[in-house]
Amino acid sequence: MTSLVKMTGIEKRFPGVHALKNVQFELEPGEVHALMGENGAGKSTLMKILAGIYQRDGGELLVDGKSVSLDSPRDAQDQGIGIIHQELSLMNDLTVAQNIFIGREPRKSFGRLDEAALNASATEIFASMNLSLDPKANVGGLTIAKQQMVEIAKALSYRSRVLIMDEPTAALNDAEIAELFVIINRLKSEGVGIVYISHKMDELKRIADRVTVMRDGEYVATVGAVDTPISKIIAMMVGREVHEEPLDVPDLADAEISLQVSDLNRGREIRDVSFSVRKGEILGFAGLMGAGRTEVARAIFGADPKDTGVIQVHGREVAISRPSDAVRAGIGYLSEDRKHFGLATGMNVRDNIALASMDRFTGWGGVLDDDKMRKTARDYIRKLGIRTPSDTQEVRLLSGGNQQKAVIAKWLLRDCDILIFDEPTRGIDVGAKSEIYKLLEKLAAEGKTIIVISSELPEIMRLSHRIAVMCEGRLTGILPGGKDTTQEMIMELATHREAAMQPDGGMA
Amino acid sequence: MNTAQETKPVNLLSRLIDTGAHQKLLAFASLVALLIGFSIASPNFMQTSNMIAILQATSVNGVLAVAVTLVIITGGIDLSVGTLMTFCAVIAGVVLTYAGMPLLLGVLAAIAAGAFCGLCSGTFVAKMKIPPFIATLGMMLILKGLSLVISGTRPIYFNDTPGFDLISRGSLIGEIFPALPVPNGVLILFIVALSVAYILGRTVLGRYTFALGSNEEAVRLSGVNTDAWKMGIYALAGGICGIAGILIASRLNSAQPALGLGYELEAIAAVVIGGTSLSGGRGTILGTLIGALIMAVLTNGLRVLSVAQEWQTVVTGAIIILAVYADMVRRKQAG
Repeated sequence: MTSLVKMTGIEKRFPGVHALKNVQFELEPGEVHALMGENGAGKSTLMKILAGIYQRDGGELLVDGKSVSLDSPRDAQDQGIGIIHQELSLMNDLTVAQNIFIGREPRKSFGRLDEAALNASATEIFASMNLSLDPKANVGGLTIAKQQMVEIAKALSYRSRVLIMDEPTAALNDAEIAELFVIINRLKSEGVGIVYISHKMDELKRIADRVTVMRDGEYVATVGAVDTPISKIIAMMVGREVHEEPLDVPDLADAEISLQVSDLNRGREIRDVSFSVRKGEILGFAGLMGAGRTEVARAIFGADPKDTGVIQVHGREVAISRPSDAVRAGIGYLSEDRKHFGLATGMNVRDNIALASMDRFTGWGGVLDDDKMRKTARDYIRKLGIRTPSDTQEVRLLSGGNQQKAVIAKWLLRDCDILIFDEPTRGIDVGAKSEIYKLLEKLAAEGKTIIVISSELPEIMRLSHRIAVMCEGRLTGILPGGKDTTQEMIMELATHREAAMQPDGGMA
Repeated sequence: MNTAQETKPVNLLSRLIDTGAHQKLLAFASLVALLIGFSIASPNFMQTSNMIAILQATSVNGVLAVAVTLVIITGGIDLSVGTLMTFCAVIAGVVLTYAGMPLLLGVLAAIAAGAFCGLCSGTFVAKMKIPPFIATLGMMLILKGLSLVISGTRPIYFNDTPGFDLISRGSLIGEIFPALPVPNGVLILFIVALSVAYILGRTVLGRYTFALGSNEEAVRLSGVNTDAWKMGIYALAGGICGIAGILIASRLNSAQPALGLGYELEAIAAVVIGGTSLSGGRGTILGTLIGALIMAVLTNGLRVLSVAQEWQTVVTGAIIILAVYADMVRRKQAG
């Protein structure tokens, strides 16, 4: 049987980077083939070549055993190759149906659009996906999960024989992931070959048939998904075994309560949330997408308004109505979207670290003290182990993990001793993740108060001294950290529809 | 994340505020308020002749604003529309007065010149990747200079072309309904506006105009030749500027080569007041028309009230800032 896709000896160079070195990849019809590797391993580059977005510099690309040249996304679509991009690439101001058929609108004479046919075709695709979605809804108003479904519908609409999914579950909750897997299985049975790029190891076992691992732009190996232990796959990805140390929950009963939140409310998003965190503690926030975890963090930080709620820092009540109030009280918030809210990506590491503390480096008349900034920045680069050629490197050129460290440095320099991390390892590869974990643990051991919001349960369980679980804006329970708490216990609370516990330390 | 809308109290008022039509509604309400205000302040304001004067004054700016709306929805900006209009008028002058060609040929030449210049701007932006602000700033100066060079810095009169002044000043509607002497210039504005609204809403070109402004990279990755479409949109805008050129030349019965600078800003102001987002992806022709009318009513009303010219400019500036601020407030509320 000829392979659906066969790529051999693929070479790709970008200015200054040899992105792909003699890479091979093979896809059979009706197969889910996972492509694994750390960020920068070359997975996305390889798939962009298959999707006609990049052109290869060398090597051979066979589709159905025939050599093809894919010079544009159009060419790839004509070969039946569709791609769902990692970063959602939708047009927010257009409707669902308009997005799906962009570039292939049903037309009448003189370039007039046939809007009725457009919406009908979209409805048809949704029906085949068993999805209820209004084709006339504006994409910008949909949840991320629904937008993801639109992307998938779009790829399906090309009648693709090859479907490339680049981290399709990054923004989905468990129920939505299950739905996606149903769709993937149906496509499989229809003979579609699926390339599946993901960082989530558990998904691999659930959905993939084979796994190809890449590292540093090179092909490592292709193995069966079911019979290969995850630890081995990780070892192939990072080139060494990664050892996870068991979580050591410290006894903090006597530690000072550094942050106490009582009776926090806003509309239906945050309902009667009360909790406290101690000095040196890592409090994890678990829950499904939209459970209100980010909303709570943003309300505490003053980024969004709150209806009611008292926030006490080190026992003293503080009025926080804007982020600058929170920062003054020593609270730092590290957004899940570093590129948008955490970093000035066009500026260098030094400036980013100093960004929140400019007043310390400002001399007479607003002149900046560059020497002092350089010294401070280099200090933090060393202390946090930020891997960068120099403090004047632009942060956009750093890897995700090192960008995250630069944001952490920024808040540490600002003397924040309560740090709220929203999805601290999103988009960060496996090797760098455990480094971030160790850094968070070190910060806690030094007496900082850490709150971690994460959608990845293994991450929550790896880090948290206590685990707060939210559902529909309510805090449904706080579980102790450590090995006695199971994923099932967290999931049960995360799907709890009524508040299971009384708010502790309320306004009584 | 996107649960903000769901938690809003569901009453009619807030639903009205949340809809995209709000800015247009606001603009329309402002227009009505201005009309009422001025007619109370001065009995001379609400007279047919004055209303016609306002519409006449709207026509040229309105057509330019429609052109620039197209470009702004793609996420770009066109600073050259004012001097391009003049350039097209001069071209019409060359063809009609210098070469003595028939009327229709002059009109077509002006529109073709406009489309060609628009295509040039589009090429700079799409192919050479020059930011629209810079590309059209350059084009603005080039065209201003060329107008002066071609005309020898002197106005070109259309006295030898009978009927040319009727293009703008005559009234087809008035011939049919004598009670409604709406000048042809206004009629042309509405025809242009209707056509462009149709193109935006119902054609592929229009769809891509919004799509480009919404997420250009996504459109490109969908296999659409974004560069070509973008050039097409700039060319269409240029052609519409050609129509504006004919309108103003007809109204003045001459091509005035020194005219044109400043028109682009008035046009952009009208677009912005009409609720089109300068960041692209959103906008309507109806909004732009209302915006252009607000500008004209304001200028006219202040003149009727004998407010000094200097102060009229100040008020106009303040109105622009207010309009955009209102839009910002609305968007923040909509979350």
